[in-house]
Parts: sequence; structure tokens; C-alpha cells
Amino acid sequence: MSAPTLSTSGKPVRSPHGDGPPPQARRAVFVRGLRRNLSAHGFLIGAVLCFAFFSWYPMVREFFLAFQKTEAGRTTWVGLDNLEYVFHDPAFWQAWRNTLLFSALALVLGFAVPFVIALVINEFRHAQGYLRLLVYLPVMLPPVASVLLFKYFYDPGYGLFNGILHFLHLPEQQWLQSTGTAMLSVVVAATWMNMGGATLIYLAALQGIPGELYEAAELDGAGLFRKIWHVTIPQTRLILSLLLLMQIISTMQVFTEPFLLTNGAGPEGSTTTVVYLIYQYAFNFNNYGGAAALGLVLLVLLAGFSALYVRLSRDSDSDSES
Amino acid sequence: MRSTWFRPTHRRTTAAALVSALALTALAACGTSSSGDGNNASGSGGSDPSAPLDPKTRVTLTMDCMPPAAKAAELREWKEDIRTFNQKYPNVTIEGKSTPGQCEEPTRFTAALKGRSQPDVFYTYFTDLQQVLDNGGAADISAYVNEKTVPAIGSVDPGVMNVLKKDGKLYGLPTSNYTMGLMINRKLFKRAGLDPDKPPKTWAEVRTDAKAIAALGNGIAGYGDYSATNQGGWHFTAEMYGLGGDVVTPDGKKAAFNDATGKEVLTNLKAMRWDDDSMGRTQLLKWGDLQKQISTDKLGMFLAAPDDLTYMVQQLGATYADYGMGPIPGGRATLFGGNDYMIKRGSSPDKIKAAIAWVNFKTLTPGKGQFDWARSKSDALPVGLPQPNFWTGDVKATDLRSRTDNATMPVENFKPFMVDPVKGKAEPAKAQEIYKVLDNAMSGVLTNRNANVDALLSTAERQVNQVLANR
Repeated sequence: MSAPTLSTSGKPVRSPHGDGPPPQARRAVFVRGLRRNLSAHGFLIGAVLCFAFFSWYPMVREFFLAFQKTEAGRTTWVGLDNLEYVFHDPAFWQAWRNTLLFSALALVLGFAVPFVIALVINEFRHAQGYLRLLVYLPVMLPPVASVLLFKYFYDPGYGLFNGILHFLHLPEQQWLQSTGTAMLSVVVAATWMNMGGATLIYLAALQGIPGELYEAAELDGAGLFRKIWHVTIPQTRLILSLLLLMQIISTMQVFTEPFLLTNGAGPEGSTTTVVYLIYQYAFNFNNYGGAAALGLVLLVLLAGFSALYVRLSRDSDSDSES
Repeated sequence: MRSTWFRPTHRRTTAAALVSALALTALAACGTSSSGDGNNASGSGGSDPSAPLDPKTRVTLTMDCMPPAAKAAELREWKEDIRTFNQKYPNVTIEGKSTPGQCEEPTRFTAALKGRSQPDVFYTYFTDLQQVLDNGGAADISAYVNEKTVPAIGSVDPGVMNVLKKDGKLYGLPTSNYTMGLMINRKLFKRAGLDPDKPPKTWAEVRTDAKAIAALGNGIAGYGDYSATNQGGWHFTAEMYGLGGDVVTPDGKKAAFNDATGKEVLTNLKAMRWDDDSMGRTQLLKWGDLQKQISTDKLGMFLAAPDDLTYMVQQLGATYADYGMGPIPGGRATLFGGNDYMIKRGSSPDKIKAAIAWVNFKTLTPGKGQFDWARSKSDALPVGLPQPNFWTGDVKATDLRSRTDNATMPVENFKPFMVDPVKGKAEPAKAQEIYKVLDNAMSGVLTNRNANVDALLSTAERQVNQVLANR
């Protein structure tokens, strides 16, 4: 058995192999540490209690609620009935189709557009701060203000977009009021409202790429697109993957934009999303069991993406350490 | 000499204790239900429930729907009524809770019911009964309500009382009711060369008049309808009722709208929207949108209840004289609804009695409280709207006379609505879920020029049947 290692203060330090001071001494160290950090523990207890009450308890409650039904003031266990109810709801598959459509469109627009904007801003030597501010400005607007703005843009009678089309002698569009364009219109508004954050993250990643790589590429005769393809994208691969996953996770939970732009459902239910359906179950139909069950389905799916995200961020950390 | 309190360890201990105490207090404050039974009653507790409240009883009631400060006249009347009520019941304290918008906002109401944090006497819509009972929210007041405690109860329309009953037990007392009709903008009618004293009675007439009004141009729509937030389904149901149809079978187990009547409703709306272009271009409208349009003279007609006009005048700056009402097109039946007060389950007998005594005084006594039309007139409040009107017999006649004598608006504008009242019909069970499905049918014809009415009705029928089959 090896001798216990000593810290700089000469006190024994517990080795990773389980050797350490006797239990009494450990207790004394623990109590001393507790006493020394009493204020910190006080603050910690407050935070933990708040989290427990407002974040963890609702999650646990929601889990149980998914298997319960309340009728005439009595709560009973109904097993998988709520899930069965949710799966048999005609709006269920439509909501999933709409949500996936939103995610797909939002990824095409919301993922690519900020990246291109970041690439352009990165090329500017001057006024970069001003451009960053311009791009980030919509994020600072309250969502309701942005939505009102877009409602005006999209208005089929007096809206800006139809005004422009009219000026150009092009056929006017129904924008939010047609099953064909409603979701795309919501995505455009959502992308405009949220792309500032992603653009800044891309920009930070782009600015972390060593200039020598581009110089080397140029010496090898690479043009703009080859530099992007062979230097920029590989160098920002992890950030791109992380943001992609984060966007998938957040777009699957979309609620605010369709709720405010199309009152939730849209024409023939074409903008009903899963989270809006949860809201309807809970607050329009008083069906908390159904809402919790659908929430659980969404949770399981998002947990998969989140696990992937955690895995990728770990890779990202280890890459940056090495 | 420094006090030992300021030694570092004590300082840390004190800080930690303070922080913990603050955190716990905050949590307690957040988590505490404000309601409880508040069993501070004394006096006649446990006595015969059918007996009126003992005037000496000491009890405190929290009460929904006190008018907000912005409604100064209504608030003044509320306080005046409490003073009068307290002359007989000096120990009953009424703590009013006011909300700036509607007295019942569905999401807040649902959450309050779930958290059992509704006031002792809470305000609900007629359609809320099942939800309240599912959450164990309301007391059974059958034994407490009789001709001694609510003298005019025998004169209340039995149809209204029935919607507040379940399995023979009474759970609420009505405060107002409405039936739907056709609200018209008299100014636009005149400008379009139409007679505002003869609002259209059939959908064919609505279509003709809407076309004439839309021809005024300048973005004016002839007729408007909802197609979002479940209100499209709500209006579709009212329109079905007007034509003698229904949305569910009498046993409530199947959809009943996929028939000639349902087709007539949707085909007519589609024709007005796309063939006539008389419904404006902006659709997916919800409650509040049409009121804004008609208040700004951009809309000629829409289905409404008379109290929509109060909202338009008080909130949107409209003038009573510019509007009128006709019966619902078709006139076979019309959707009815209303509001009532319920008493929180678990309340002590004295609290229930005090609540009934106050609700009786404030909302169910002819000539007093909300029916004191002379006072409303002197306070410049609206008098002359056709509703609330849940009285029958002599009480109804007396109330209508007093209302007409004290009218602050031209009551003849509502004559077409009043003269031959259309029979009211309650909303179906699972109304909101059915309305959600029917929203799609409404938004389909109003947003899609090529909408297939048959396909929309078939899809909605299949979905409603599934909703009705689900539990």
C-alpha cells in the first residue's frame, strides 16, 4: 500500500485509489468546508429549491400526468390511454407533418442564410461592429413587435409584400392565408427574427480560423468557393453541427411564430405545430393528460437529439483541448 | 468594541440564514394557494341550507369580476351595491377581484381551476360546467337556492337554469345570457342604399346586401366571419343552427354536419368570399377582429351577440346609434350562451349562503343591481340592448319596460332582433374540440378559392367522429 500523498499544506489528500484520511478526519474536513462556505451553500439552497420547484417538479409532475386522467375531481391512473388518445387524434399526424416541415424549411433558411451573412460580414474590414449590430437588431425586438411587423408585410389587402408585387405587375399572394405558402411565410418571419444569434456564433467561429490556412490555400490556387469548401467549412464543422442540432431542437418546439402569425392553426390547420397542439389540449380542451402525453412523445424525440448534442459538444471540447 | 455579531463566521451564518429564509419565503409565496376555505365564518354555520343567510353572520368572500378602475361607473355601482348589501349583512366582506379584459380568460381560468386558486365566487361561461366539475371546482348549491334565498328564481328562463345543472344538481347562478343574431352597420347600409331597419333574414339576402356594401369600395367588406382560434367552428355551428341543422347527432355520438345544410353554409361563404369578393381579403380572423372592422366602418355585417356592441362602444369608440341587429339568417334556432357565478367547492355553508345572497342582490333582483336601469342611465352606461334577458312572464315585461324607458340608445335599431326572437340552442358537448376541427372547414373555404366543400366536410366529419369516439 502506497503512502498517502500530501498536499502543499501538508495535509493528506485522498488518492484516486481510495486511500485517504480516516473517516473522522474526513468528516472534520467536510464540516470545516461546509462552515467556511456557509453563505455559498445558503445561496445554493435557494437556487436548488427554486429549480426543484419550478423546473424539476413540473417535469416529474408532467410525466405522471401523462398516465393519469382527472374527472369529477378524481385523478385515476389510465395507463397508456392518454397516449392512445393522442395517437388517435386526427390533428396529431398533421401537427407532426407541419412541425417537420417547419424544421426542414427553417434549417434550409435559418441555417444557411446566417452562415452566408456571417461569411459576408467576415470579409468586411471596416464597419464590422455596425453590421453585427444590424444583423442582431431583430433579435432585440420583442417577438410580438416583429410579428406585428410581418403581419403588416403579409397582409393580403394592404401589405407591403403584395404592394411590391402589385408595383411590379406580378400576381399578388395570399402569404399566411394559403395552405401552400402559410408555413413558408412563418419560416421567413421566424428566420428574420432569430438569425442574429446564429450569425454572431458563425462569425465568432469564422474569426477563429487561422489566416495562414487561407494563405496556404491561395498559394495552392484556390478560389473563393474552394477556400470555403476546403478551409472554412472543415474548420467550423463542429460549430456547424452543434448549431444544426440546436436548431433542430428549437424548431421542433416552435410555437410563438405560428401562434402569433396565424393564430396557431392557419388555413386548414396547415400551421398547427406539435407544441401548439399541446397548448390546445391543455388550455382549450382541459385535457392535461393528453397534453402531458404529447409532451412526453416530443420529449423522447428531443432527448435523442439532445444526447447527440451533448456527444458532439464533448467531442468539440476534447478537440479544442487537444 | 465590535459586536460579536460582526465576527466573520456569524456574518456568514446570518447571511446564509437570511438567504435561505428569503428563498423559502419566496417559494412559499409562489406556491401558496390564495384561496382555501378561509373558514372565518361564524353565525349560522351548519344550519338549514335552505334558510337565508343570518344577517349577523361574519364571512369574507373573494369574488370574480369586480369592474376594473378603467370602468369607473361600473366600479362605482359595484361599491354602492356593496354598501347597500352591507346594510342588511354588515358582517359580510366582499373582496372583489378585477381583471382588465374579459372576466374569464380561458387559459387563466383553466390554470386557476387546476391549481384550485379560483376565488370563492368565480365567474364562468355556460359552457364551462363540465370542465369545472371535472376539476372538482364548484359546490352543489341545489339545497341553498330557493324562493326565499333568490326570490326571482322562478322567473328565470328554465332553459338558462338547465345549463347550470348536471344530474339534477345546480352549480351556478346566471348573471347574463345571449343569443346570436346579425349585427349590422347602419351607416354602411344607408350608404349602400339598403334599409337598415330591415336587416337580411336569409343567407340569400345576406349575400345580396353584402355585395351591395362591398361595392362601396375602399376596402369595405359586406360580411365577415371568423375562421381561427376555434371561433370559426363556433360560428359554423351557429350558422348550422340558424338553418335548422346541427353539428352532432342528438345522442352526441356522431357528427351531423356533413349534409345539405352544412354544404349550404360553406358553399354560401365560399361564394361570398370568392365569387362576390364581399368578405374582404384578410381571413383567419378571431374574436375582436370583426368588431374592430365594423367599428371603423370597414364591415357591413357579422354574426354577433348584443353585448359585442358594448365592447365596440366602450373599447373601440363606436356609437350605439350606428348599429343594429337582426335575427340570425335562417331563423330556425340560434346559438345561446351566457355567464354565471359558481361557488368554490369546499366552501363553508355560511360562505355559500353569503355568496348566494350577494349574487342574488347584484345580478338576480329585478330593478336592483345590474337591473337598476334608471341608475345605469344616470351613470351614462348602456341601456337598451336586448340582453341580458333571462326573465320570463311578468318580470320580463316589467324589466323590458324599465329598460326601454331608460334607454340610452335607439332601441328600435334592435327591433328586428327582438320582435320575433329565435329559439336559443345550447352548444354541443366537447364544443371546443369540435370547433377546432370545424375551424379548418371555415378557413378552407375562406382562404382557398378552389376549396372542395364536400372534401372539407367529409374530412371534418371523420375527425369529429374520432373526437367524439375518444373517451
